[in-house]
Amino acid sequence: MSLHPFAIELLQLSLLLGLAPAFAGWVKVLKCRVQGRTAAGILQPYRDIRRLFGKDIVLAENASWIFRFTPYLTFGVTVIAAGIIPLVSVDLPLSATADVIALVMLFGLIRFFTALAGMDIGTAFGGMGSSREMTIASLAEPAMLMAIFTVSLASNSTSLTQMVSVMAHAEFVIRPSLAFALAAFILIALAETGRIPVDNPATHLELTMIHEAMILEYSGRHLALIEWAGMMKLALFFALGISAFCPWGISPGGEIGTLALALVMLAVKLMVGALVMVLIETGLAKMRIFRLPEYLGSAFLLATLGMIAFFILE
Amino acid sequence: MKTLRDTIMTHFGTSATLCSATCPPGVPQILVPREKFEDVGWLMKGAGARLAAEWGVDETLMGRHFAVIACFARETEYLLVRCDIPSDEPTFPSLSKKHPPAFRFERQILSLLGLTPTGHVHSDLRPWIKHEDWPIDAWPLRKSFDAGRRMPRVAGDYAWVRAEGEGVYEIPVGPVHAGIIEPGHFRFQAIGEDILNLEERLGYTHKGIEKRFEQLSWGEGARLAGRVSGDSTVAHALTYCRAVEAMTGTNVPPRGAWLRAIMLERERIANHLGDIGAIANDAAFTFFFYQFMRLKELVLRGNRRLFGHRYLMDQVLPGGVAVDLPADASLMIEEELESLPEEFERIIKAYDLNASLDDRLRETGILSAETARELGTVGFVARASGQPLDCRLQAPFAPYDRFPPRMVVLNSCDVHARAWVRIEEIRDSVRLIHELLATLPAGETLAPLPDVPPDRSAFAAVEGWRGEIVYWLQSGLNGGINRCAIRDPSSVNWLALEQAIHGNIVPDFPLCNKSFNQSYSGHDL
Repeated sequence: MSLHPFAIELLQLSLLLGLAPAFAGWVKVLKCRVQGRTAAGILQPYRDIRRLFGKDIVLAENASWIFRFTPYLTFGVTVIAAGIIPLVSVDLPLSATADVIALVMLFGLIRFFTALAGMDIGTAFGGMGSSREMTIASLAEPAMLMAIFTVSLASNSTSLTQMVSVMAHAEFVIRPSLAFALAAFILIALAETGRIPVDNPATHLELTMIHEAMILEYSGRHLALIEWAGMMKLALFFALGISAFCPWGISPGGEIGTLALALVMLAVKLMVGALVMVLIETGLAKMRIFRLPEYLGSAFLLATLGMIAFFILE
Repeated sequence: MKTLRDTIMTHFGTSATLCSATCPPGVPQILVPREKFEDVGWLMKGAGARLAAEWGVDETLMGRHFAVIACFARETEYLLVRCDIPSDEPTFPSLSKKHPPAFRFERQILSLLGLTPTGHVHSDLRPWIKHEDWPIDAWPLRKSFDAGRRMPRVAGDYAWVRAEGEGVYEIPVGPVHAGIIEPGHFRFQAIGEDILNLEERLGYTHKGIEKRFEQLSWGEGARLAGRVSGDSTVAHALTYCRAVEAMTGTNVPPRGAWLRAIMLERERIANHLGDIGAIANDAAFTFFFYQFMRLKELVLRGNRRLFGHRYLMDQVLPGGVAVDLPADASLMIEEELESLPEEFERIIKAYDLNASLDDRLRETGILSAETARELGTVGFVARASGQPLDCRLQAPFAPYDRFPPRMVVLNSCDVHARAWVRIEEIRDSVRLIHELLATLPAGETLAPLPDVPPDRSAFAAVEGWRGEIVYWLQSGLNGGINRCAIRDPSSVNWLALEQAIHGNIVPDFPLCNKSFNQSYSGHDL
């Protein structure tokens, strides 16, 4: 028995919507454990989202439509992105509509509107956050594209499903180009999702914030949507990394059996990936903000090396 | 080298008088004519002394007028210089030309007591501590001011320092902060991420503590002193008590003195542990934060078992201490001091080896040795900027005269140095507690306090964990408290933060601020 591609698409979307908070909770649980603390449980993000949805919105008097529109845009675009990245099956109808360049653009769109919303209210913190976010974006996005292009070269396509199915069926060999690209991707993913050592998602210090500074003025359901989208973005970056670099186990079509296996594999990979991130986050302090160009520059360099390695060696 | 006292006496000759009748021996108080008060400033500067504190006093209930007293310190010598001020012309010459800390001391004197500093350099007469929505002529420290009266609100504006130009923008931070900390306002002028200037605005926790002292008995005063800054409750209460004891000539029984020192060192250990963790946390290194908080918690729980209060509040009384240790205390402390340093050293080793943390802490928030000296900074802030200052060595009292602490002076002047001074001090405090326990005398812990004679004053300085705390007490004609002047180390060290931040970037400010960790409450009074 096999599922219709649209059913797979729906399954994938609901998986991400429903389980992204659990993944964020899992990251927090791991972090607590590694640091010797008792965790609030992996269900805590659900409680946070429910609490925020139950609260009224406090809106600044001078907030424009951009400020009110951004949370919905952020959420909506993240859901679209979730439709493109193959999580459990490569048979995704939506994936044909957008390739990996469009995916980067989708994240860029969210970032553009979030930065505008940060400046919309006119607080010093919002503007500061937007300016920092843009500095990072201008360096992170090219590096991100370079890293992904290396994988595209290996699979001769920029379509995500195409890349994944080629990678999943290729014979496993350690390819230097992909190793470089993976290293670059990890560096960029930490920056893009606002994790230590680039940004600190748990800080209360406004002056040090990057992403949080832009959304400091949000409350109620606006904040709930942004937080939820943020959790999905974190899970999506993991999924993207998994799809691009170790897609083994992903279902080629819609058979229930392979889908179930793909789900289990995905869960295991996510859990292991989260552990790696938590270890990085626990062992490092946040970088001084002017180190970021060096950091993202080295990510770009690694990605370029990956590409060169591909042409020389493969 | 000539003593500070002799320097003044030789210069002024017969026009200066030593107030020996109203002051206990120890810290001399010299009365100089008001018009020559400024001379004292440059004389003391020339002698290499720092202005430790400056405060005013209203003596109208004692048949006199106002007075301003400046406290100078150099190495082991403290000296008080006083000038009398007539009520009909409440002005005094400013010391700010030679001593930068005088700016804030004198703004405070003007705001709270209505005595105007004069002199061509004193341009900054904006209110300090007292905010602009209080009537300008409401001077709470004057005897004519009724503390029970409700203060009318008035409209007012505070003139901030401005920076203008292409790309300059302002970041107002506070007074309400996101973390669980005290309120204070910081205003940055920045270009991009580079800080051009930082201006502090404090006074949000002004509680009228100095005024409140005047309505309390000497015994109640110790409880209030313990609440000036909650994290330094032992140090503040101890300084107050030492001033009362100096005034009455009370001798603290040796066991009481030893227990006080043990409490003071435990307070130092607990706060330093918390601070090191908080510094790491501001660099987003939460692992160390939780580890150090855990160690701090162990010390606090130990405090509760030993003395009955986690923060040792109300344990120090005039004449001694409130409670004696339980019978098995030595064993408990020894056990604690066995495991704590071991864990501490393990965490410190990891802290020291972590390159990413090191990268954040080094060369951040440099307070040059010269600035630290000019601003009269005290405590670990001064010691991390090459200033050899420690009251436990420079104004020693039992048992520190027998068990001197090791002075740790570092010269890198950055956040790392301010953290590392704390680490070394924790090590040394553990050693001190070991030695104090081994030599703990038997006997009483509290001596009876005789009546305080009328119209006397006394001075005391104690090295709390933040640094030198200064108290000056004066009794009225009825033998009650006429004035209790307090100078928390924060009063001078807050100034240094403004200077240390120059040349840094905006996101490094929380780290710099945490490395200072000054008290808002102790400053605002």
